Amino acid sequence: MDKIRASILTPSRSSKLERRGKWLSLLCLGSICIVVIAIFGFITYRGLATFTTDHVSLSKFLTGTDWNPSVSKSGAPLVGALPMIAGSFLITILATALAIPFAIGTALMMTDVTPKTGTRILQPVLELLVGIPSVVYGFVGLTVVVPAMRNIFGGSGFGILSGTFVLFVMVLPTITSMTVDALTSVPKSFRYASLALGATRWQTIYKVVLRSATPGILTAIVFGMARAFGEALAVQMVVGNATLMPYSLVAPASTLTSVLTTGIGNTVMGTAQNDALWSLALILLIMSLTFNLAIHLIANRGSLKR
Amino acid sequence: MQKKWLFGLLAILAVLLGFAYINRDQSKQGESITAVGSTALQPLVEAAGEEFSKENAGVFVNVQGGGSGTGLSQIEAGAISIGNSDLFASEQAGINANKLTDHRVAVIGVTPIINKQAGIDALTTEQLKKIFTGKVTNWRQVGGENQTIVIVNRTQGSGTRNTFEKWGLNRAQSIASQEQDSSGTARQIVATTPGAISYVSFSYADSSIITPTINGVKPTNANVKTNRWQIWSYEHMYTQKQATKTTTKFINFVLSDRVQTKLIPQLGYIPISEMQITRLE
Repeated sequence: MDKIRASILTPSRSSKLERRGKWLSLLCLGSICIVVIAIFGFITYRGLATFTTDHVSLSKFLTGTDWNPSVSKSGAPLVGALPMIAGSFLITILATALAIPFAIGTALMMTDVTPKTGTRILQPVLELLVGIPSVVYGFVGLTVVVPAMRNIFGGSGFGILSGTFVLFVMVLPTITSMTVDALTSVPKSFRYASLALGATRWQTIYKVVLRSATPGILTAIVFGMARAFGEALAVQMVVGNATLMPYSLVAPASTLTSVLTTGIGNTVMGTAQNDALWSLALILLIMSLTFNLAIHLIANRGSLKR
Repeated sequence: MQKKWLFGLLAILAVLLGFAYINRDQSKQGESITAVGSTALQPLVEAAGEEFSKENAGVFVNVQGGGSGTGLSQIEAGAISIGNSDLFASEQAGINANKLTDHRVAVIGVTPIINKQAGIDALTTEQLKKIFTGKVTNWRQVGGENQTIVIVNRTQGSGTRNTFEKWGLNRAQSIASQEQDSSGTARQIVATTPGAISYVSFSYADSSIITPTINGVKPTNANVKTNRWQIWSYEHMYTQKQATKTTTKFINFVLSDRVQTKLIPQLGYIPISEMQITRLE
């Protein structure tokens, strides 16, 4: 009798295992949280030093066009980040805008037009594109895209346009595969109902499938933009890294990431030059947070409608 | 089934780590030298490190790039044994030069390079300054073809750029323009872009570009030795004031006749001993 009583009242082997598992996963979650918070804290702390210890005003940092951190003017280093901010946004927007029609077209081909051959051929191709390291894209850009731009437009060939073409190829698979997911999640019954009403395939795609997949497609686009905004190496290799306002698409320009990667090795921790680079990193962090927020907002909106 | 796989994998990993631990090289403990910094000096330190390891069994010289700024800040913090730099420590912002010992191991010359189609093979310092400060924008204005000048700079803080601006442009600052973070890329762009001008160390100059004379002086090692060619810099290996025995031994090895007379000229640098003048800054 007591044996049975004991076995009922004391935790069993499997319940112990479960509890241990819970603790283990909590530990993993906790340590990742600590790492994320530490990164945020560190970048914010270093990034704000430009404004607190080097006395640069925030408006001058965001709207100034002179980037020369080693030169001081009236007590504060010359750190106008507008050329980089403009360059980053311009490249991101252009590359994504260029990729959207191709991505949606490819995705429709895979889900609605020719699902069989689409998934059999295009799926592996897309997965392959995702797996290519960014330095390879940059190298191809440097040896193929840049000389082509030079021959067509003159100048050195480095610039926003070259960066756009390289990034276009890099964000295309991201946007396409997420758009495919959005399109396949549109219920089959929607399509059947539309076709039963006598709509053509094009009308069904245009008026039913794309409309109901819009939130998903928007999420895909924002994801693509986030990837384009944060890409460093491939862009740095083809953009020319000139901290000038991008007055032309074929003149050398710079992005936040390209200035960071080329500059960080030549500065000393704690100096104004180094602080200015951390401030650029802070802008990048804030931007990626914004992109994340946008994705959540779009997802929420979309789910409300249903 | 899955569990078995997982355990098998873990067991293999544990065994491999165990082997690695047993076979670890105990002779190298505390006997490795880490040198970090200037990419211009890197090939020399690497080559010298290999020779040094051959003679001193068990000592391993680990050489990394990262830029002069990184080298100086890491040696100041005491994180490494040697900080390689193209600059004097006092020239780098945020470095306390008094904490470090300077070892000048070689000299390297820097030359402007111009695309072949510009039709230029001689410039004066004044012209060079006007080109890089944006006052002259077409090669025709300095006696060349009718071509727009495309300036290709090295990254801000690069040792080569620092040397070029200081001695080639009389401390004038170059205007903002395209920047590349390696000498090889800069040369390739100048070779293929009409009207382009940049600057590289002598070891990177080849027949794909023009190296103009400055004030009638040719960019050669012989002219650097007499200071007739003024655009050159020392290559420094900085150590902490109290360096370890092994580090001191390695520095002495780099300064020895064997490295100075054989390795250094072979790799395109100029030995300190052959310089006829000294610069203090």
